[in-house]
Amino acid sequence: MSGSSSQGSLHALADRWLPKLVLSPTLAASLIFVYGFIAWTGWLSFTESRLMPRYEWAGFVQYQALFENERWWTTAANLGIFGGLFILFCLLVGLLMAVLLDQKIRAEGALRTVYLYPMALSFVVTGTAWKWMLNPDMGLQKVVVDLGFTDFTFDWLVNPDMAIYTVVIAGVWQSSGFVMALFLAGLRGIDDSIIKAAQVDGASLPTIYRRILIPSLRPVFFSVLLILSHIAIKSFDLVMALTGGGPGNSSDVPAIFMYQFAFTRGQLGVGAASAMMMLITIVAVLVPLMYMETRSAKRV
Amino acid sequence: MAALSINNVCKTYANGTDVLKGINIAIGDGEFLILVGPSGCGKSTLLNMIAGLDDISSGDIAIGNKRVNELSPKDRDIAMVFQSYALYPSMTVRENISFGLEIRKTPRAEIDATVKRVAEMLQITHLLERKPGQMSGGQRQRVAMGRALARNPAIFLFDEPLSNLDAKLRVEMRTEIKLMHQRLKSTIVYVTHDQIEAMTLGDKIAVMKDGIVQQFGSPQDIYDNPANLFVAGFIGSPSMNFIPATVVQSGSDIGVKICDDNGCVVLPLPHDKAKLAAFVGKEVIFGIRPEQITDARTAHRDGLPVMACHIDVIEPTGPDTLVFVSLNNTKVCCRTHPTEAKYPGESMELVFDVSKAVLFDPATEARIV
Amino acid sequence: MFKNLTVGRALVYAALLLMAIYYLLPLYVMLTTSFKSLDDIREGNMLALPQLWQGGAWSKAWAEACTGVECNGMQGFFWNSIKMTLPAVAISTLLGAVNGYVVSMWRFKGSDALFTMLLVGCFIPFQVVLLPMAQLLGLLGLANTTAGLVLVHVVYGTAFTTLFFRNFYITVPDELVKAARIDGAGFWTIFLRILLPISGPIFVVCIIWQFTQIWNDFLFGVVFAAGESQPITVALNNLVNTSTGVKEYNVDMAAAIIAALPTLFVYMVAGRYFVRGLTAGAVKG
Ligand SMILES: Nc1ncnc2c1ncn2[C@@H]1O[C@H](COP(=O)(O)OP(=O)(O)OP(=O)(O)O)[C@@H](O)[C@H]1O
Ligand SMILES: [Mg+2]
Repeated sequence: MSGSSSQGSLHALADRWLPKLVLSPTLAASLIFVYGFIAWTGWLSFTESRLMPRYEWAGFVQYQALFENERWWTTAANLGIFGGLFILFCLLVGLLMAVLLDQKIRAEGALRTVYLYPMALSFVVTGTAWKWMLNPDMGLQKVVVDLGFTDFTFDWLVNPDMAIYTVVIAGVWQSSGFVMALFLAGLRGIDDSIIKAAQVDGASLPTIYRRILIPSLRPVFFSVLLILSHIAIKSFDLVMALTGGGPGNSSDVPAIFMYQFAFTRGQLGVGAASAMMMLITIVAVLVPLMYMETRSAKRV
Repeated sequence: MAALSINNVCKTYANGTDVLKGINIAIGDGEFLILVGPSGCGKSTLLNMIAGLDDISSGDIAIGNKRVNELSPKDRDIAMVFQSYALYPSMTVRENISFGLEIRKTPRAEIDATVKRVAEMLQITHLLERKPGQMSGGQRQRVAMGRALARNPAIFLFDEPLSNLDAKLRVEMRTEIKLMHQRLKSTIVYVTHDQIEAMTLGDKIAVMKDGIVQQFGSPQDIYDNPANLFVAGFIGSPSMNFIPATVVQSGSDIGVKICDDNGCVVLPLPHDKAKLAAFVGKEVIFGIRPEQITDARTAHRDGLPVMACHIDVIEPTGPDTLVFVSLNNTKVCCRTHPTEAKYPGESMELVFDVSKAVLFDPATEARIV
Repeated sequence: MFKNLTVGRALVYAALLLMAIYYLLPLYVMLTTSFKSLDDIREGNMLALPQLWQGGAWSKAWAEACTGVECNGMQGFFWNSIKMTLPAVAISTLLGAVNGYVVSMWRFKGSDALFTMLLVGCFIPFQVVLLPMAQLLGLLGLANTTAGLVLVHVVYGTAFTTLFFRNFYITVPDELVKAARIDGAGFWTIFLRILLPISGPIFVVCIIWQFTQIWNDFLFGVVFAAGESQPITVALNNLVNTSTGVKEYNVDMAAAIIAALPTLFVYMVAGRYFVRGLTAGAVKG
């Protein structure tokens, strides 16, 4: 009798502790590798670390160096241009394709497959492909010139003023299909009877989309914005593969700046400071977005 | 089989909500206990605590004289049927029924015999190799019962087991559960919303609200002698009429004054005069069930007060016709014989059987007499 | 009316087709270029089909192309990526499954807060952990090893896999676990006998997601692995940006396709789950 009851409390004990025990390795990893490392990077950004990490407090010298570095501001401006246009065009193209695909299209499955496959590719592959296509000597420019438009130039890839826009082209190519998929899923999730009711009310198809369907995609907009801005701020591989940040520093972005200062130039402190700035940027963009999203979710 | 006693049980969730505030219930071996109450009153919480699925914040639960507070569900010797049935989706009916026995390391031959016996009893033998996804709601419900029956536990716990069935099936299953209880003499705790289930199945009913047992007793006792306004209104369908009224002294009688458009009468109350006297001149709530306001033919008792009332609406239900009138500006339901009922707009003589009427204090909602 | 309708539909189809061309063009150009000779590339049109189909660029990309100082093609790096991706996917998926099971079915005081804490790992820019991670891998002797990369991918992938499984298990009724506990099953029995058998779809989604993420990763590869042990994405970038000798575009393209093949294959075979993975990743907890 007492044997069975002590075994009983053993079961109860196991069920009580096992879940916590099972979760603890991941939690420990998160504490160390996410929170601990952020703190570590934060600390480095307040030291004089150069080639080797040093841990004496040095105040804001690295941030000062960062803000006095013209190249940093170039990357910031590029991030603004790239991020803004990338998000804008992904949204426009994605929404347009979702609406068009929503018209009971015959080969919808095949078209969706075509629009979405770039998402399966590495940004490095995307960059390599577009680097070749945009090559002024042998790429699209040559194709158009061969067609007889001998004055045609399309040299954005090697033009310092325009190089960042090629990143936008390749980025939109890679990610807009995914945006389309999200919007399409959103459109399909809308209750059919709403559309029927609007039709009975005599609304035309464009009106139904403009006034009823697209506004009800609001939560999807937030998710998409969240993901796209995340991709934009972290973007590294695409730029590396497509332009390498060049010509010169003209298409440089913060992620490349951070990588080069931290790992190839031996300026750990500046690298750490730039990483912290990226973190702050992401927090500044994501937190308000998430806040708005949860608020809009509550209202719906 | 075993008795169950619940002593001063409280439950506070992690977020600070007090769901149960001192529950005391005791039932004997083989009794059928019903827990009823409005949604969110803590019925499922109490059931989960009996099962060991939720921690007990304070108080004790004992099954067959053995305190089980610290025991895990596995060691409490209970079986449970859920509202959603909770059949394991990846297992066949046979596997669903035998899972608990398997875990308890019952010999294979015994498991097979038990599955066979239970399946025959519930007439689901032909379903044994199916998966839950391939069955109707009623069939799933039977399997869920089968899973509980296979274990032959000390106590069965049912959490609204019939609420997902359609009306006809629900009535059938209700009878089957009653039969099963009579045959197996098992101890059962049964949660329901449905007060017909509560009345027909239970040996004892605990009416709960706001984490407190409002009344605990036999179904008839609760029906006839509700402890307060809430219980009176919750049990019975159509529910008891609550008419705001003034207590008046008329001659040697004490009664309540009831008016409609035609005028007023005083219904003399045969209750304890000493208690009533204190309320003369005060507002009370006069509670009277629909079957206690009826036509002369149905009442077939003399000497009851009669009043001619103006009919607003009638609702024929088949065996009876419900007649709605306005008394003291309150809509009142009366149960009359179909052939005796008059039509809306007409006037009808209604007989008030005040012997079972009850009075409540409007402020505390407690029973006066 | 009817005529208008068909004109409208024709426009819709035309627009969709045009977009399809935009998406397919790079793949077409990559494929055709990879089969062209260098002369063909220099003289011909980028959009033209090869004058003579030849696979030389492919064998060169696979076995001889120079990625920095080494000239052994992509083959070694392809296997590096496999050796990195398979264990990392397996470990992170299993961890995610168990974690998701705990945070959805065995909630305890503070478990929601802990889950939110884990989720933050999905949103940080990884730049912010690169420096300490490099230090730590150095200390552990894992710098420039595949094992080190596996560790990194498991650590930062588990937040996503936990989210996936949590969002899946949260749709499974609690009562299933309650019923199993009453039947006498414990923590692991419930997981293995009740939940795993119904988790097939989410495993597929999660595996596909992790596979594409880890295979396609460049940042961790370039920072934590060099030379011998680098993954294929890094090797591809080195190959394309090696500035010595004649630029062999056909080899570049063949190498790029080789790097893309595994994920493209997964996409073609399990596209439905791939899309579900992407969209599931988009819905935050
Ligand atoms: N895990 C929890 N944390 C906090 N509050 C809870 C939790 N579970 C239940 N509650 C609250 O406890 C109260 C009682 O819940 P319970 O499920 O016991 O109600 P019920 O009487 O079974 O209702 P119903 O008839 O709808 O099934 C509810 O108000 C509910 O919101
Ligand atoms: Mg309940």
